[in-house]
Amino acid sequence: MSFMKQHIRALLLWEIVEGMALTFSYMFRKRVTINYPYEKGPLSPRFRGEHALRRYANGEERCIACKLCEAICPAQAITIEAEPRDDGSRRTTRYDIDMTKCIYCGYCQEACPVDAIVEGPNFEFATESREELYYDKAKLLANGERWEREIAANIVADAPYR
Amino acid sequence: MAEFWSIYLLPGIIILAQILAIIVPLLLCVAMVTYYERKIMAAMQMRMGPNVVGPFGLLQAFADGAKLFFKETVIPTSANKGVFLIAPMITFLLSLVAWAVIPFDDGVVVSDINVGILYLFAISSLGVYGIVMAGWASNSKYPFLSALRSAAQMVSYEVSIGFVIITVLLCVGSLNVSDVVRAQEEGVWFFIPLFPMFVIFFISALAETNRHPFDLPEAEAELVAGYQVEYSAMAFALFFLGEYANMILMSGLTAILFLGGWLPPFDIAPFNWIPGPIWFFLKIAALLFVFVWVRATLPRYRYDQLMRLGWKVFLPISLFWVALTAGVLVAFDLVPNT
Repeated sequence: MSFMKQHIRALLLWEIVEGMALTFSYMFRKRVTINYPYEKGPLSPRFRGEHALRRYANGEERCIACKLCEAICPAQAITIEAEPRDDGSRRTTRYDIDMTKCIYCGYCQEACPVDAIVEGPNFEFATESREELYYDKAKLLANGERWEREIAANIVADAPYR
Repeated sequence: MAEFWSIYLLPGIIILAQILAIIVPLLLCVAMVTYYERKIMAAMQMRMGPNVVGPFGLLQAFADGAKLFFKETVIPTSANKGVFLIAPMITFLLSLVAWAVIPFDDGVVVSDINVGILYLFAISSLGVYGIVMAGWASNSKYPFLSALRSAAQMVSYEVSIGFVIITVLLCVGSLNVSDVVRAQEEGVWFFIPLFPMFVIFFISALAETNRHPFDLPEAEAELVAGYQVEYSAMAFALFFLGEYANMILMSGLTAILFLGGWLPPFDIAPFNWIPGPIWFFLKIAALLFVFVWVRATLPRYRYDQLMRLGWKVFLPISLFWVALTAGVLVAFDLVPNT
């Protein structure tokens, strides 16, 4: 009897009709995708995006050239050279990140004792050439200025969990 | 000179104008069908679909077309150049040629020939040549396998399509495509008395146009893109256009054979105000929706399942229905005498 039943169901395309009813009902469900360049998904405060070098509120660079980030970087993407400045404080003369090597692990910002190097919330920094991804100090400081508000807010938001 | 004008030139111009009047809207429809398909698929998969080029992404197809047009047509060194380039043209041409006998309204048809159905059947059978030639001329493994599959698949399903058409013709009593529609004017549309045939015809049409779930000739998972592997740019675009024009054609044929072509569903006031070509267009659009709907729902058949369905299920059922329809027509003296 089940043999007959099975064949009749197959002949009436029962399963196929059921499946098609299901896909049809999905047509009216809410979209799960977002209209990306115009809408964006939420980001965690811990999101590790494009790097930035921060400054203090008075405009002084935070980085003291301790080179902890360079030391911890598993991809060896960071290159730092440092010299004492005229006022005697230790500052970097060169701070390069090769963004093509970087694996966005976030160890550099964990290692930094003064919250100078951070990975900001920006993830849209695709370029048309490889050279543009060799970030130097000026570029990193510019990023810091551009994203300071978001970065500072993220650090405050994440502070209770550290 | 006046004779030359009236005998050759003027009819030539009129025919050319008729051809353009069909082909230009048809190609526009093909472009919109790709958009239609992508939007429906997107909706069924809870995505957005194309929405960037033009309002609601309506110009997406034209952007794609322009991209393909400006690309380079790569010809493989080991390919047979002549056949390689002719194959997409054949596919494209055959998909357009068939529209000559499709009636858009009572009398609105390029050539109202009395063997219209046979002509359509012949053209759709020739469609396999484009694919076989492409597969052979590419001189590459995947296209060749795809061509073999395609040839076997189209032959198998043409048999059941043939029987389905015969059942309809038994009820009509004429091979003229317009007469098929006129025969549905007084009575009911044929999809009601011949419902199993309607379903078989539609499924065979899916197989005939190499659509899901029968898209074995271009099965991405096994054959990369089948016969299209070696094609690029405009040659690829011609295959694409041909395939979609064929889809529209098969939908049109289903609409004519079973859904009353240009006829409104009820011959009463609000329905028969709308002109015939619009009804025909709406029916094609609805059938194309089912084409896409099926694609969004069903997985691809295995090749032996495809053959089993064609030969062991559709062929006996359609044969049985031919006999049954003929028997009923004779027994109840319903044989049309046109």
